[in-house]
Amino acid sequence: MKKGVYMGLISSTHSISRYYIDGEFTDGPVEGVRRGLIENAIPEIENEYDEISAGWTPLETPYKPDFQSASFIFGTYFAFSLRIDKKSIPAKLVQKYIAIEMEKKKKESGRPFISKNEKTEIKEMVIDILMHKTPFIPNIYDVLWDYEDKNLLLFSTQKAANELFETLFFKSFDHKPIKIFPYTIVEKLGRFSNDKKDRVLALSPLNTKGA
Amino acid sequence: MLDIATAYNKYGFLGNEFLTWIWYLIETDQDITTLASSKDPIIFEIGNSISLENNLGDKSKEKITIKGDQAGLEEGGTALKKGAWVTDMNLICRMGEEEYKFSIKGESFNITGLKTPTIDISSSEDEIEGLIIEKTFLIMKVIKVIDTLFLKFIEKRISDDWNRSDLKGIRDWIQS
Repeated sequence: MKKGVYMGLISSTHSISRYYIDGEFTDGPVEGVRRGLIENAIPEIENEYDEISAGWTPLETPYKPDFQSASFIFGTYFAFSLRIDKKSIPAKLVQKYIAIEMEKKKKESGRPFISKNEKTEIKEMVIDILMHKTPFIPNIYDVLWDYEDKNLLLFSTQKAANELFETLFFKSFDHKPIKIFPYTIVEKLGRFSNDKKDRVLALSPLNTKGA
Repeated sequence: MLDIATAYNKYGFLGNEFLTWIWYLIETDQDITTLASSKDPIIFEIGNSISLENNLGDKSKEKITIKGDQAGLEEGGTALKKGAWVTDMNLICRMGEEEYKFSIKGESFNITGLKTPTIDISSSEDEIEGLIIEKTFLIMKVIKVIDTLFLKFIEKRISDDWNRSDLKGIRDWIQS
């Protein structure tokens, strides 16, 4: 494997959440997925005033989001990554610069205090400046989608990343991802008759104490 | 189909009951290979952590987590006697020659810390596709075992026989 290539999928341990994906593309799955990935790829040029930037990127080249040249078909899977670039400013840094700016303001105005409005303005200015200076920190989560089997693996169990994935996936492909958990396994993956499904719905928690 | 958020909250208990059932199967030496409809022999073991939770009725909960490679599970047994359920556990799954380790959470079925059998990652770039396919095959293999066992559990749970057979077995095991 090429050195330096990020391949979370090949790493030694994995965190996985699963989704059931139903739906069709009018121009076929390969074209539909390609279009969704290209249209919603993470922007190559960062907007330095944004706090967060998210989009798809190829599995093998996460820092070169070019789906025209990179492959996203591996065997029977569509495989790509979700990249979330986020800026995080430590609260203590914000506090420090607010204190410095407030002292400056008091000196300039000759007043021993500053108004509530001035304080809000200083806070906004400090956050703006720090946001501009702080680099984005990238996080990459691989996605494996078996289109025929309606099965998708997202290599993340973090709530925020999963929610962003669900929103971006629906926007990109117009297929609503249904999270797999006990109820949806019965509903989507089991082969239960309606009568049996009703029996599952009627279940309530057991009492092991036998009382 | 129910609203997803409602269904998640309402039927999360089935995942916890399933994990408790898995512990019962392990402790009472039940034939997991047949239950999972597997050609390869399957053996499960409790790994290095298990958490249990007991609803105390007034919206408060009692939680217990046992961690450690050789940790005794007696406190877990005591919690079960008090009416607790397993909420997440670390499992070792042996399928023939292969070994998988992972933690699974009952209400979400999220899998964390999954270790599959090792694959050769020193291959050339041309073989990346092969590596991905191989890795995916291993991950899906263990996921399918979990799904098959869960669906088997649900089949038993809704059967007329449940109270007389499995539930009785679980209660006897908990009280033993």
